[in-house]
This record gives sequence, C-alpha cells and structure tokens, in this order.
Amino acid sequence: MQPIIQAVSLVAAQAALLLAISPFLVGLIRKVKARFQCRRGASVFQPYADLAKLFRKQPVISTTTSWIFPATPYILFASTLTAGLLVPTFSSQTPMNFAGNIIALVYLLALGTFFLILAGLDAGSAFGGMGSSREAIVASLTEPAMILSIFAIALTAGSTNLSTIVHKTALLEDIVTDPSPHLMALAALFIVALAETGRVPVDNPATHLELTMIHEAMALEYSGRYLALVEWAAGLKLAVFLSLIANVFAPWGIATTQAPAAMGIGLVAYLLKIAGLAVLIGTLECMFAKLRLFRVTDLLGVAFILALLGMLFFYILRS
Amino acid sequence: MLASSDGMLILLLLLLASYAAGVVLPFCAPRKPQTQGLVGSVCACLASSIGIALGTSGLLASEPLTPSVASSIPLLAFAVRLDPLASFFVLTISLAGLAASIYAMGYLKEFHGRVSVASLAALTNGFLLSMTLVVIADNGFFFLIAWELMSLVSYFLVVTEHEKADVRYAGFFYLVMTHVGTAFVVLTYLILFQSAGSFSFEAFRHPEQSLPEGMRTLVFLAALIGFGTKAGIVPLHVWLPYAHPAAPSHISALMSGVMIKTAIYALIRVYFDFLGGQFPWWWGFVVLLVGVTSALLGVMYALMEHDLKRLLAFHSVENIGIILLGIGAGMIFQTYGLKEFAALGLLAGLYHTINHALFKALLFMGAGSLFYATHTRNMEEYGGLLRRMPWTGLFFLIGAVSISALPPTNGFVSEWLVFQTLFLSVQLPALFLKLMLPIAAAILALTGVLALACFAKAFGISFLALPRSSHARHAEEVPIAMRIGMGVLAVLCVGLGLAPMIVVPLLDRITGPLTGVSISDKVLALDGWALAPVNVQFSSVSPPILAAMLILGGLLGLFLAFLFGGRLRSRSYKTWGCGINLSSRTEYTATGFVQPIKRVFSTIYQPTVKLETEFLEESRYFAKRQRFEFHIEPVFEKYLYDPVVNVFVGIADRLRILQAGSLHLYLAYIFVTLVILLLFAV
Repeated sequence: MQPIIQAVSLVAAQAALLLAISPFLVGLIRKVKARFQCRRGASVFQPYADLAKLFRKQPVISTTTSWIFPATPYILFASTLTAGLLVPTFSSQTPMNFAGNIIALVYLLALGTFFLILAGLDAGSAFGGMGSSREAIVASLTEPAMILSIFAIALTAGSTNLSTIVHKTALLEDIVTDPSPHLMALAALFIVALAETGRVPVDNPATHLELTMIHEAMALEYSGRYLALVEWAAGLKLAVFLSLIANVFAPWGIATTQAPAAMGIGLVAYLLKIAGLAVLIGTLECMFAKLRLFRVTDLLGVAFILALLGMLFFYILRS
Repeated sequence: MLASSDGMLILLLLLLASYAAGVVLPFCAPRKPQTQGLVGSVCACLASSIGIALGTSGLLASEPLTPSVASSIPLLAFAVRLDPLASFFVLTISLAGLAASIYAMGYLKEFHGRVSVASLAALTNGFLLSMTLVVIADNGFFFLIAWELMSLVSYFLVVTEHEKADVRYAGFFYLVMTHVGTAFVVLTYLILFQSAGSFSFEAFRHPEQSLPEGMRTLVFLAALIGFGTKAGIVPLHVWLPYAHPAAPSHISALMSGVMIKTAIYALIRVYFDFLGGQFPWWWGFVVLLVGVTSALLGVMYALMEHDLKRLLAFHSVENIGIILLGIGAGMIFQTYGLKEFAALGLLAGLYHTINHALFKALLFMGAGSLFYATHTRNMEEYGGLLRRMPWTGLFFLIGAVSISALPPTNGFVSEWLVFQTLFLSVQLPALFLKLMLPIAAAILALTGVLALACFAKAFGISFLALPRSSHARHAEEVPIAMRIGMGVLAVLCVGLGLAPMIVVPLLDRITGPLTGVSISDKVLALDGWALAPVNVQFSSVSPPILAAMLILGGLLGLFLAFLFGGRLRSRSYKTWGCGINLSSRTEYTATGFVQPIKRVFSTIYQPTVKLETEFLEESRYFAKRQRFEFHIEPVFEKYLYDPVVNVFVGIADRLRILQAGSLHLYLAYIFVTLVILLLFAV
C-alpha cells in the first residue's frame, strides 16, 4: 500500500506543480518581452489574476454550437495535464512513467488539438475555421519532426520512455560520447516546441489580427470559465514542452532518488531551468518577426532535417 | 466456451447453414420488401453471431479443426482449417457482419421499390459467406473458388444501383481490377502447386521439392500484386474510391472493413505459413515501402475528397498501409532472426486489422446514415447535423477519434504498437534498415496527423456549425436499427482500446505458431495493465490508466471551474459575424479547410485551379460573377493506367478486322482452326 500512496502523492504533486507554474511561465515571457520593448509590463503574476477573473465571469455560448464546444475545454485541459504527468519535472522517477512513452505524449496532445480544431469550426464564424485549418497544417508538419528528434535521443538512452531517458542521462554522463546528435535533436525539438505552443515565429499569442492568428482564432469564441481552461491548457502545454527540453537535454540537478534533500534540489534546479527557457523564448520573440504561414513549412522542414541528421550522426559515430 | 472440436464442427455447419438460408429465404418470403430484407438480415445476424462464437473458440482451441469433404473434381477438396489465423479473420468478418446486418434492417428501407431487396439481402449473405470461406479454405483450388465468388458477389453488390452510369463504371472498373489481381493470385498458387504436387495447403507448407530461389521471389511478387490489388495498395488502389462509394453503405462497410482484409490474411498465409517465414531482407523492405507509400498517399488523397464515402475509401488505402508497415517490419526482423520483434510486428499489424475493420465499418455506416438523412454524399451540403442526429454524430465522432489513433481508442493502441516495432530497428545489424525504419515511423507520424486533420474536417464540416443546405436543415435521426448497428461498433472501438490485455494474448496465439515464439508475457507488463513491447525499460503505455487520467483530468477541470467560478449559468447568444448575420455562406468550407495542406503538398497533388471572373461592364473593379474550379491530378490513372488501357484499346481496334460481321468469314475461321488442329494431331 505504501508505494501506491507515495506514487499517487507524487503524481498529485506534479500535477499541482505544473498547474501552478504554467501561468507564471506565460507571465514571465510577457514580462521579458515588455522589458525588451522598453515597457514596464504587467506583473509576472498577472496571468493568475486573469484566470481568476475569467473563472468568475459569465460565459457566453454561441447559439450555433453543439455540445462539442463546451466539452472541448475540459478535454483539452485533461489531455494536456495527462501529457504533463508523463514528463519528468523535478524528479527523474515519474510514477506515471509506465503509463505512456513519447508516442503516447504526442498523441495525447493531438487529442486536445483535434477537439480544439472541432471547437474552432463549431461556432460557425470564418475566424474559427481559419484557425482550425491553419492549426491542422502546422500540427501535421511538426509531429514528424518531433517523433524523429525524440527518437534520436531515445537511441542514446535505449528507451522511449521519458523518465527512463532522463534518469539514464542524469545518472550516466558517460553515455554521451559525442554531443552532436543531442545538439541537433535539441535544435529540432526547440523549433517543434515553438510551433506546438503557438509562439513566434509560427504563431503570435499576442495578436487578434485575423491574418496572423492560429491558436487565438480557434479559441476566439470562448469566454468565461471555458476561456480560462483553454488558456490554462495552453500554459500547461508550454510547461510540458519546456520541462521536456530542460530535462531531456540538461538533466542537471534533477532528483534521481526519493530523498527529500534531492527532491528539494531537483525542484529548485527545475524551476531555474524552465524559467531560463521562458526568458529565452521571450527574447527570441522580440528578435524575430512572425513568419508567413507558408514559410513556416521551411522552418519545420529544417527541424525535420536536423532531427534526421541527429539520428544519422548517432549511427555513424557509433559504428 | 465450446472448445471441443465437435462443438466447433457443429458451429461451423450452423454457420454455413444460416448463411445458406440467408441466401435462399429472402426469395421465398412474401413479396414485401420489408419482410424480404428482414429475413435476410436476421439470417445474417444469426450466422455472424455463430461466426463470433466459432472464431473465438477457434482462437482458444489447442488444435485446429480440419474437416474435409472430398469432391469428384480432381485436385479440389472442400477442406477447411480453423487454425488461430483463420479463426481470427472469421471473428473479424463476423463482428463487422453482425453490426452491418443489424444496420441493414433499417438501412434497406432506402432501397424499397427501387431495387430488388430480396436479391440485395441474399447477396449480402452470400458475400459474408464467401469471405468466411476464403479465410477458412485449406485447399488452393477451393480458396480460388471462394475468392472468385467473393469478387463476383461484391461486384453485383457494387452495381446495386445500376441505373446510374457512374455506378456501372465503378462496377466495371472494379471487375477488371479484381480480375487482374486474381490472375496473379492464380499464378501464385500454380507455382506453389508445381512444387507441392497438390493443391492442399498442407502440401504447400511441406512441398515434395522445395522451390528454387527465383520461384520463391516470383511467388512473393505475384502474391503482393495479386492480393495487393484486393487490399488496395498504391498504385493498385485506384478501384477503391470508385467501387466502395458506389455500393450500398452497409456493403461499403463490409468491403472496406473486411473484404480488403482477406488479402492481408492471404499475404500472411503465403509469406509466413507457406514460405515458412524464410525470406531475404528486401522482401520485408518492399512490403514496408508499399505500406509507407499507401499510408501517406492514401491519407493525402483522402484529405482532398469532399465526397464522404470516397474520403473513407481513400482512408482504407491508408490503413492497409499501416497494417503492411507492421507486417513489413515484422518480415525484416524475421529475416534477421529477431523472432520476438517479428512477432510484435505481425501482432501490431493484426491488431490494426481488427481495429480498422471496426472503425471503418462504423464510419461507413455513419456516412450511410448521413446519406439516409440528407440524400447527398457531398460534405459541403451537410453541417450542423450533430444537433439533428445526436447519436449518429456521437458514433461517427468515436470512429473519427479511433481512426485518428487518438487515446483512449483502439486505433491508438495498434498504431502505438506499429511505432514501437519500427523503433526496435535499433537492434538490426544493417545500417540502411536502421535508418529506414525510423523514417518510416516519421512518415507514419505525418500520416497520423494528416488523418487527424482529415477527420477533423469530415466531422467538423458535416456535424458542426450551421446547416449548409436545405437537405441538412431537414435531416432527422436515423431509425433505431441503424443506430444499434453503429453503437455496437463504437463500443467495440473503445473496448478494444481499453483492453489490450485481452486482445494481445489472443493475437499471440496467431503470431506464436507463425514466428515460433510467444511474446504475450513480454508485451504485457504489470499484470496486463501496461503494454511494454519486449522490454518495460524501452517503452510502455497503459491505455486504461491513460483513460482514467483523462477522466480524472476532466473532472479536475470541472472542479476548478466550480471552485473558482461558482455556479454560473452560461448565456446563449449568436456568434459575432463582424456585423453581418451568420449564415452557411460565412462558414469555413471543407475546400477552404484543406487549402493550406493542398498548397504545402502541391508537388503531390498537382492541383489545377481555375478562377473565372465576369466583370461589370462599367468597371473592372466590380465582379458580376465568379466561377471557381479546382481539380487534383489523378496521377496514377493518368500516367499509369491510361497508357495501358490505350494500348489494349489500340490492339482491340486492330483485331476488330477479324470480326467483320460476315458469316462466311466466321465459317472460314472455324475451318482453318480445325485444319490447324488436325495438323497438330498428326
């Protein structure tokens, strides 16, 4: 009984952690952007206030919609949170490790995407449809690159389970004989993360201009608690990808045992790592302009090729 | 459970008798189409229920059932063998058959007074019977008869509505293609016969003299082309998008769901059973290549279709590709002696086979229901149907989620297994294959997301937002029988996704004898709660836990909304349409939805877009009328089939000189032939 209680509490702790930090990451990116633009910007804790306000507001639901529309925020929230539980955060021994590997993670996120695309079509306005249509093409181009980049890393660790990859990489530094496959996969996964979480240069989360928005267009008709859940899920997705990159490529400091001290260090290291990545994303968003939709294919093509090269390098270096 | 061979024999005889009754009785029934249809459907329901019991007990039996009846025709014996592989396909056919025949009880009303319902019902029974015979036959001659019967009966079913010219064309196309395939199937069996000296499958397995290498290669290729035509592999898939939509929907469900699977059965039978699983690596690679091409091109062409049934037909090409990816990877591992992985690949392919049978049948029935309610197959004329047809919509959604391989449905489990098989290529000794299999995995990922996009389109445009035509505005929910037929399959789609711990040991009973190694214990970890192909460290997934977490996550979302927001009722208001009233014309269309994909992959599609604008005479800034047209280049038909057809038509034109219409000339031909034959005789 003891191990089960421990596992459940670890899972609950991870869920709480992800839910708690995801608005902060969004706030941090906004703050960094504001500073680069010589604005003071809102507090990094503003997204929490936004969420609280949205939850308290009365939602408006379009008369043209079906049950898909109100159900989608819950499905999106649930699938993103479940995906988040598969990724190691502060400890490399995620209890949910056995429940799904990288493929499961990709398909859980796809479940949310599928329903959000449907919800975008449901309200009947052209904006939602436009967002859905664009999301479909961006998602189709990112996922092959994502699978290949993770596979390139999985090769080194001999596993496709995320916690196992992280655990092995954290414990055995010597398995990385040459960092080049890792670096290429990292670059590929970073581009994928930008595309999947709707960041510049693929999408701009700060825009409501019909010509440029993707994610915002699908969520345009949402309000009140539904919007709060969609926004929170978007933040969660960001946290999932940042944790993935931080821990798979830089598992430094992560807790490899169940000791409280190791856990504490792991938590601090984790928070610093993902905050650092959030600052990096904020900086990048200020340095680059959003790409035209049909140029995004080139960027994602680059990600795919990088991941492929990473895999090729691994085999060549080993043989 | 009837595990004894006597029990199984009785079940088999009952099965044959019920199908036979289903063929005869509709014609004896009173001349009311209602009764005739009902009689046929009840017989089919009964027979397929028996088939489910027979298939299950065949899978569980320790020894295969092998009854046989000798015939007076040389080389032909009506021999039957219900080993696990055959039983599995009997089960698959019967599951889809049961759902389709329940569905038909409601759907046949569509045909009252237009076509002979008695022959339609009888042919349906005959079709199910012939498919069952194909998979249980244990004699090459008998197999070919059943195979041909299946092709002919399905042809008659395709041309049910033969008063329409496009249906006749579809039927003709199908008939020609299927016989090209049959020619290669015959060739396969003749080569096997030559070395075995008998048509019995047992002799094929253990021939008197083993086949020389060249002949084995020929068997491989002939079987791939012959059965591949039926399965619909690219580039032999061209008949599917014609034939499947032309048939009545419950027949399309059977054709797409199970008939094309008989080819998968035959391929496994020939490669792993007759040829003993001994082959060079490039065989597996060719199958893998065919799988990748079919999967990718199938889904790509499906995306551009707005005829719902054609879209689904193209998706069958895609899913056959996924099945072949599993089997092809399994063959490669088999070559290198990695038997556990070979078994895994085969298991993944078989899992996807039954999954595809279930969700594709479900989706075709959903498309049939939409046609029943609106009398159009054009997606652009649907819209808003989820509110008018809530059950059909829910079932179609479950089918769409399954075919997009999203958790927690069955499609996810089998595609996950295919992915793992491909990832295990790490263990292969050849660098080329080590690289090729992960690339195949990446293409499979692309295929998966494109399928997701395609079904988001299919469901979103058909069922959501505002009705796009008066057909959709006046649609009503379909009769209860049709809903039950779809409901059965929807429940199975979710069930097979949640319970791999039941499915995997059953499939292991098939792959075990074929590859010589049982992997059930290795694939199932943690008391069956998780799937962990070969090694729990390498990869694992637990569909039931994922489903539980999804439900818990949804509940948490509800709880948080309640906690922070309290009990606020939502308000209904119309969608803001930028100042104009929302109508079906402001909605996104299916064509618009896929436009970015069409543009990005224009190399494959070769689209022709034509935009004609008529301007006002006063000013060229105002358009009076605009006409938009767009086509996808049917590459295979244009560059592969048309030249061949042209050659044949050209030859036929030349030969027409012989057929001059003069009786004297014909008599002369006969005389000349006779003289020549006599000359040969002496």
